Amino acid sequence: MAEIRASFFMECEELLEALQDGLEAMESGNGDPEVVNVVFRAVHSIKGGAGAFGLDELVTFAHRFETAMDAVRSGDLIPAPDVIKLFFSCGDALADLVRESREGLPHDPARTAGLVPQLEAVVSTSEETEEEEIDFQPAALSLDLDLELNPDLEIDPAQDDATAETAISIQLTPEPGLYSSGNEPLYLFRALRDLGKLRTICDDSDLPPLEDLDPEASHLCWHLTLATTETEESVREIFDFVEGLCALTINRAPAATPPENHPDQPGTAPTDLTLPQQHPPASPQPTSEPAVEKTGGENARPNLAAPAATAAKKATPVAPRATVRVDLERIDRLVNLVGEIVINQAMLSQSVEEAGLPPNSPIRTGLDEFQQLTRDIQESVMMIRAQPVKSLFQRMARIVREASAALGKDVRLHTDGENTEVDKTVIERLADPLTHMIRNAVDHGLEDAEARIAAGKPAQGNITLSAAHRSGRVLIEITDDGGGINREKVLSIAVQKGLVEPDLQLSDSDIDNLLFLPGFSTASEVSNLSGRGVGMDVVRSAIQALGGRITISSTPGTGTRFSISLPLTLAVLDGMIVRVADETLVIPLNTIQETLAPGADDIRPFGPETHVVRIRNTFIPLLDLGAELGYRQPLRDYSGSVILLIEQDDTTRAAVVVDTIEDQRQVVIKGLQNSYGNVPGIAAATILGDGQIALILDPVDLINTASGCSRHNQLQDSRTGKAS
Amino acid sequence: MTQSGEESAAAAGKGTLELLSFKVGGQDYSVDIMSVREIRSGARATPLPHSPAYMRGVINLRGTVLPVIDLSHRLGMATEQDSKRNVIIVVAVENRTFGLMVDAVSDILAIPLEEMQPPPEMRADRGRTFISALTIVDERMIRVLDLDAVMPSAKKDAA
Repeated sequence: MAEIRASFFMECEELLEALQDGLEAMESGNGDPEVVNVVFRAVHSIKGGAGAFGLDELVTFAHRFETAMDAVRSGDLIPAPDVIKLFFSCGDALADLVRESREGLPHDPARTAGLVPQLEAVVSTSEETEEEEIDFQPAALSLDLDLELNPDLEIDPAQDDATAETAISIQLTPEPGLYSSGNEPLYLFRALRDLGKLRTICDDSDLPPLEDLDPEASHLCWHLTLATTETEESVREIFDFVEGLCALTINRAPAATPPENHPDQPGTAPTDLTLPQQHPPASPQPTSEPAVEKTGGENARPNLAAPAATAAKKATPVAPRATVRVDLERIDRLVNLVGEIVINQAMLSQSVEEAGLPPNSPIRTGLDEFQQLTRDIQESVMMIRAQPVKSLFQRMARIVREASAALGKDVRLHTDGENTEVDKTVIERLADPLTHMIRNAVDHGLEDAEARIAAGKPAQGNITLSAAHRSGRVLIEITDDGGGINREKVLSIAVQKGLVEPDLQLSDSDIDNLLFLPGFSTASEVSNLSGRGVGMDVVRSAIQALGGRITISSTPGTGTRFSISLPLTLAVLDGMIVRVADETLVIPLNTIQETLAPGADDIRPFGPETHVVRIRNTFIPLLDLGAELGYRQPLRDYSGSVILLIEQDDTTRAAVVVDTIEDQRQVVIKGLQNSYGNVPGIAAATILGDGQIALILDPVDLINTASGCSRHNQLQDSRTGKAS
Repeated sequence: MTQSGEESAAAAGKGTLELLSFKVGGQDYSVDIMSVREIRSGARATPLPHSPAYMRGVINLRGTVLPVIDLSHRLGMATEQDSKRNVIIVVAVENRTFGLMVDAVSDILAIPLEEMQPPPEMRADRGRTFISALTIVDERMIRVLDLDAVMPSAKKDAA
């Protein structure tokens, strides 16, 4: 039972997501009946499942919500913006109730108490509510059936002639042998359904009265119409296993459209329902399932009047995606194991190479294929962990609604790139920082309505949340069209708090970045400020912990943009393998702008202990990686070295000196945090083909913490390396 | 007496403590055998930048990154041993696994709990002995290592 319960709550998550989607579509003016249906079904299914588990408060509230949605569905209630707003609040309340039910927490009656009268009010303007429905009996766990059978046993008559598909009419009269050999017409129909749009009519005219019924005999026959692009042969193939066990005729024919006995029409369903019970061999008749679902609640079926095109288009959210729920831990184990295989394969390749086998020997060819396969496996496994950011964005939509309601601001959230896939861990750990930033955007980023109008902007504030893949990373941006950062105020606060020297010359972007300083501000002071900065240092460290970077850009009067750049996965990385002072290091490829061999003239002394490198017409600080990491003293002469130009986030830039570049390859990231702790300038470790561990550099951290000491005129502790 | 020592003794129910004894810098040390995961020969460790001098670095232990402590250095003894002849004892304490580089592993000893002596307090060594108990086996003094103290504290703050 606990398992079923857990799966119900997981279903709820999906249903709530569909609900949000539907409401958003309605909000943006999509009056498609199918959208309304999706919302209705989501609420209905939650109610159905909740009833089965005796979650009365959830059932009661879901029922009110459902009643209102039903009114929208029947056209009695026009979903005006304020009604949709109410629905959004109801959706949030429903999500809270689900969460509290899952965790066994007490419900807060005040939450729904405010909403129920409003729901009743909107409904009563259109029609009388049916109060007795609250005592609804959960006859079955309708959720599973719903997901499995919902789509397309139905076909709208209008569709047959509207499509270019051919209609194939099939007559199936099973003989008793069909049932006794364990076959089942339902499975045949399901297989047919996969080929196209199927419509089934059950002919029960041969059915004798109950007292004369021979349970071993076959009494039913079916008239099927299939609109499909498949050939007649592939349709016939489905019946291969029942050949000789039934009378079967398959004709390419214009679709006959007798409307009687449509399994999905509420009126005829009850007659179908009685059939299977009387007729044991054919027990789960295909027509019976929709009827079972109807006992779970009235009018559960989607509206048959939905236009054909939209039915096809909108079928996706409700269609049963073949999914498996897997414990995240198991996936993590798999990811780790695949990581081991990759390392193992690399070690194997290396030893084969060292054994001096000719390049075209079978072992080498086999190994190449093995390498290809391991790479494919690795990618597929990574894909398992990837998830669209949509669920995260939906949570943010709620934050915007709540924050804007609390502050009395009219704010609209636009989302873009919801289907961008990111590692699940990243999504989970991004929720808190994003929430923080969204709240900040509503609170501090956007001006209030008067100020907006005075500035010639629409009263409604806009926040855009977008996600996109950008050169091997995920870019998430939060943009508001508010007043931008008030730099004077930010600077004066920073000076006041002693974070910067008063007479320091700071560029605009320097000032913006002051927001990320720890201790820049406390919440109470900042909420009165038109800038922002509540705990932005916390946000930044959370993003950095994910291997990401966060940057601000702000234009006074037009708004502020926070850009978060994150790695796609936390498990692999494209890296450049370099050697410094006999140590092998990996530098993330995406941080390297270019590599160059410096000429004697390019490196010039700068301060007493530092150098700069001239690259084209700019001078860039030189960092001796060996010295920075404490592997050796700074070199006297850098002429034979290789320079990697590392550039990130506009502000972070350095020419990093290494001895040689060895290779460029994908490496599996092994965290150091769990075993040892953080190492400055080092992001993680990896295992190379020879079994040795190589450290993966965190170039931005390295540059930020670097001493820059690259001249050999100071005594240094050779291990600690830097004089900071 | 280490906490884990008490636990394992209680689990054994015999009132004895099983110790793995080894040599570091010519002296006899030991650790509670329940905390030992495996013993392996020394491998070349990858040094960690900005780490304390007693951190030998990290080695690859079947796909995991294992930090290795040079125990003689940690205990304040001169360390001029050839690393090839060293042995790494892999120990786990409170979900953290790390390697102790020692000169050689000697023996497994079962010591009755009543023969364990608390270490005397010596002001000059305070905070640097890492010894949780002492015992005598065959006229040799065996020091029981306090693993919690030997391990570097997990540094979470530095980013």
